[in-house]
Amino acid sequence: MQTKPIALKILDVVSIILLAISTYLALFFAPMELVMGQVQRVFYFHIGTAWVGLLGFVIAALTGIVYLITKDMKWDRFGVAAVEVSTVFFFLTIVLGSIWARPAWNTWWTWDPRLTTAAVTELIYVAYFMLRQGIDDPEKRARFGAVYTLLGGVSAPITFMVIRLFRTIHPVIVGAANANQEKMSMTGDMKIAFFFALFAFTIIFIDLIWHRVRLGGLEDKVEQLKLKVSM
Amino acid sequence: MEITPDTSNYMIAGFAVTFITMGIYIVSLYLRSRNLKQDIETLESMQNEKPKSTK
Repeated sequence: MQTKPIALKILDVVSIILLAISTYLALFFAPMELVMGQVQRVFYFHIGTAWVGLLGFVIAALTGIVYLITKDMKWDRFGVAAVEVSTVFFFLTIVLGSIWARPAWNTWWTWDPRLTTAAVTELIYVAYFMLRQGIDDPEKRARFGAVYTLLGGVSAPITFMVIRLFRTIHPVIVGAANANQEKMSMTGDMKIAFFFALFAFTIIFIDLIWHRVRLGGLEDKVEQLKLKVSM
Repeated sequence: MEITPDTSNYMIAGFAVTFITMGIYIVSLYLRSRNLKQDIETLESMQNEKPKSTK
């Protein structure tokens, strides 16, 4: 039975500490935003989860390419891990955005281009797991999964860019907004909380992916043993 | 002067959802891992018993 590496144990502890610090910075260190009030504090986690969510979908597309070239199952495991962890984080992004939208826009949800593309992206990756569930042959499942993540990966840059290309009520955080859009301005302390949240969620993301890759290894072993026993 | 609205409840809801969702995911990782390890033990013992029974 595989034992947990020391590096992973350290990463677990570091992740917990970083999440605690990030929560402190978001709740107590960053000043209250005067227009929206306390709800603006969820913004730090909203952006942190969105960053790792979209990053994971892009990583899954890249691992899909590597799998199709090498046919090595470890890349399939890595792709599944990236999609699963990112789907959880991107779900949080959507929920946090909705909670923020209620007092800010007076609605939980609106079919704004950013919200629509985010919802479509999340559904694409929920469907990815349904697709995998329906295929028994591991190699065929990995091949279909790789092609799917490759195509689905296009949705990540579209979701990121859509507020810069279309008229939308969603504020632009990174990069310049056009004349019709709201550009969020941050104080120095807000920027510290913001960048720390990005860093903390990146480390937590790596930690969870590592755990999920190990879980994938166990799944493969069970599948192989089932085949041997049934022969 | 504009009065800042009291949106504390939304903030609490946001952080609660974040920690609960992450907690559920971590517990699901742990449970799936534990179940798979049990499956491996069972399947390995079945595999070891198999040659004896075929004699």
